[in-house]
Amino acid sequence: MTSIILLSVFGIVNLFVGFLKSKKILLPLALLFLIVVFGVNMLGWNNTQTYFNNMLTIDNYAVAFTGIMVLTTLLILPFSQSYIDAEDENLAEYYSLLLFSLVGAIMMVAYENLIMLFIGIEILSIAMYVLAGSNKRSLRSNEAALKYFLMGSFFTGVLLFGIVLIYGATGTFDITEIGAANVMVDGTTNTMFTLGLLILVIGISFKIAAAPFHFWTPDVYEGTPTFFTTFMATVVKTAGVAAFYKLMDASFAGAFASWFPTVIAITVLTLVVGNIGAVIQPSVKRMLAYSSISHAGYLLMTLVAFNDLSENAIFFYSLSYAVASVISFGVLKLVEDAREGNHSFGAFNGLGKTNPLLALVMTISMLSLGGIPLTAGFFGKLFVFSAVIETGNLMWLVVLAVVLAAIGIYYYIKVVIAMYMQPAGENTRVPVSGFATLVLIICAVLTILLGLAPGLVSNAL
Amino acid sequence: MITALLLFWPALAALLVLLIKGQGAKKVAFVAALIEFAIAIVATTGFDAADGRMQYELNLPWVANAGIGFHIGMDGISLLMMLLTTFLVPLIILSAFKHDYKNPNAFYALILFMQTGLIGVFVALDAFLFYFFWEVALIPIYFIAAIWGGTNRIKVTLKFFVYTVFGSLFMLAAFVYLYFQTGATDAAAHSSDVQAFYQLALSAETQSWIFWFLFIAFAIKMPVFPFHTWQPDTYTESPTQATMLLSGIMLKMGIYGVLRWLLPVVPMGVSQWDELVLILSIIGIVYGSVIAIRQHDLKRLIAYSSIAHVGLIAAGIFTLNEQGLQGGVIQMLSHGINVTGLFFIIDIIYRRTNTREISSLGGITQNAKALSIFFMILLLGAVALPLTNGFVGEFLLLLGVYNYNAWFGAIAGLTIILSAVYMLRMFQGVMFGTKSEHTDAFTDLTFNEKAVLIPLVIMVFWIGLFPNTFLSISEPAVGNLLNIINR
Repeated sequence: MTSIILLSVFGIVNLFVGFLKSKKILLPLALLFLIVVFGVNMLGWNNTQTYFNNMLTIDNYAVAFTGIMVLTTLLILPFSQSYIDAEDENLAEYYSLLLFSLVGAIMMVAYENLIMLFIGIEILSIAMYVLAGSNKRSLRSNEAALKYFLMGSFFTGVLLFGIVLIYGATGTFDITEIGAANVMVDGTTNTMFTLGLLILVIGISFKIAAAPFHFWTPDVYEGTPTFFTTFMATVVKTAGVAAFYKLMDASFAGAFASWFPTVIAITVLTLVVGNIGAVIQPSVKRMLAYSSISHAGYLLMTLVAFNDLSENAIFFYSLSYAVASVISFGVLKLVEDAREGNHSFGAFNGLGKTNPLLALVMTISMLSLGGIPLTAGFFGKLFVFSAVIETGNLMWLVVLAVVLAAIGIYYYIKVVIAMYMQPAGENTRVPVSGFATLVLIICAVLTILLGLAPGLVSNAL
Repeated sequence: MITALLLFWPALAALLVLLIKGQGAKKVAFVAALIEFAIAIVATTGFDAADGRMQYELNLPWVANAGIGFHIGMDGISLLMMLLTTFLVPLIILSAFKHDYKNPNAFYALILFMQTGLIGVFVALDAFLFYFFWEVALIPIYFIAAIWGGTNRIKVTLKFFVYTVFGSLFMLAAFVYLYFQTGATDAAAHSSDVQAFYQLALSAETQSWIFWFLFIAFAIKMPVFPFHTWQPDTYTESPTQATMLLSGIMLKMGIYGVLRWLLPVVPMGVSQWDELVLILSIIGIVYGSVIAIRQHDLKRLIAYSSIAHVGLIAAGIFTLNEQGLQGGVIQMLSHGINVTGLFFIIDIIYRRTNTREISSLGGITQNAKALSIFFMILLLGAVALPLTNGFVGEFLLLLGVYNYNAWFGAIAGLTIILSAVYMLRMFQGVMFGTKSEHTDAFTDLTFNEKAVLIPLVIMVFWIGLFPNTFLSISEPAVGNLLNIINR
């Protein structure tokens, strides 16, 4: 709760600081704010508190996922160097919007009430709609914002419709009470309840970009300035999946049979669309967009498994994915800035020669996203597969995921090939700020550390 | 502790080598590899060969509360594989001394790093640790082959990488499944330890599909026909050192995996499919040999001959009798030594003549007496002439296959005739006859090259004349393995 208040206050403070002439103070200040929030958030560990008449619960689940999201934002911020260099007048607004959207994200993992979930999603989304269009002079960025906004508002309506139906069937917005409510009518489940549940599932699937509700993702990710795409691919996705699992666990565990077929179909489609789609993309940015769809698929597998291993699997996978994504999108942004907005595979040619460090951390990130041992991504996949295998009768899903993971290696290695095995040609050295270098090294070390000693956090929840 | 030292020393040395700029890197890498070999010798002298159980064990928790341990240790089979690795790596590094690879520090660091992965595979006693090192060994070899390889390297190595990861992910899925079967009564008692896997009592149907999940990973690595399609191209396009690592050591990972993680874990699955595997292996023997006969490129010829030799090893181990298993173990050593030596000789010839086409070579014996002698000895080892190392292994393997099924034995026996055909045809074309424009100014071996070949040739005779030195180390371990399989 304190983190929500702090983030809101800091966001407003940041706006006022934006009136100052010098933009140099903004980044250190924002980082400082986030460090404070991260610390305050961690104080809530093992200290469950409820607020607002039981609308919000800050338990370990909320603290853990808030931790991932604040940490990720902290790691993303230093990549805004190009905005600082360009003396972008809106920089303060960008930072504030990110802080505000974090407020929404925290509500999404701490809600105890469907209204709170809805508000959280909206706070997060509205900030993202604006940030998607933050590059006002780019047609692509405008298209991304419009597309995201139109599709997003439509599915917000869908989500709300689902919530209302559930309310109609159970008479409550409280997720625990929904779970305990009697929804049987004449010996069968209330149709309104089932319908509301399925519509809710569809609404959230849109927010985490699961197939077949993913069509907006590649265009929006590509059009949005890379700095904010990073945020979308990591924080937004983590919040969405964590909210999804929490909802299913608290409210609909009893109705498992009615949502399971839908969720498993969405999972399979997401895995296939994400991985196959990524193979044919000509640009690294679009490839990463599709790969983020595929990772939503792996995360959804924990929902399919729906057992005692799921929570920890989501946590570890989200963490490893977020850290690796900060590297991949961060390096992408640096390369893109140095190559006049070119984010094709060709832009990475010869990076191993011009920037050995960037190429090395990018390789670690690609191996982690691909799930190769020595990196955190391997244990992420291992824990997800473990959760599914423990159910005992879904071996076919694991086999499918394994085949698709092997396909995944192909498109991740394509980046590595471009960096190390293609001649640099006209590509020159990519300028990297000291801050960004430090963040990239931290992320790479974290990835390897979690790949060697996953026990550090694998049983956190 | 000594196992952990063996495991981590190369990785540490790799970091050290990475820091050294210029050509000093190779000397440091060579010394580091020699130190590793010295540690291996120390480990061997302290090893109780009469004991079939694990020795030098170290068991630490890795993923706490999950039953996943950092469990390493060696029995006779592991020890021999570890010795092979530590023996070959310094020679492989030495063989690269004459090459001017760009970024030498990265090149040698990757070789040493790979050694950690290889040793890890051979000493891991926990399924997830095994998988971990299995993939750790793959990353450096991919980069070695893809950065320092030939013209077509990018496409070829990509196929190799994706193909092998594809197989190993199935192995991972099987391991996870088996992990959940352990400690079935108590959810907290899951364990991925090798002993826990050996004690599983799975139904025949389960064992049947687990068999394929595991076998596909090992079969791709070995490779067994029809999973071999990545191999000839990768061997040909890789730099010689990578080819030596791949054929000399990495391929044994697949066979070792079968011995440690397939046969004892799903014995009923093996008994359902062993006939099919033998048939595939024997097809591989004939297929590899026949294609080798038709090859014009020396490196491709040896690559295909490797498919034939591995086919016989695979056939031998799946007979599940003592001759077959012992033959498999000893033949892994012999094949590692012979194929490394042969690839090195091809590299020597290629560096001097810039061609690997048999038709453009010839008459090398007239200029290079020493080379001819070494080449002939290694070649006879590969052809399995008595007194050489190849004979011991192939004799035991064929005996094992013959005991399993006389017809299989007869067809597998073709390997001896066929390998004589392609090997001698190659020797004739390359070494005898008239000199060509490429071989006109051929110079004999340098000191460095001799330093690589002499230890290899010594081993050819050592294993050929005194096979018991090595057979006695693996015998208790093989017996132990058979007990577990036939429990």
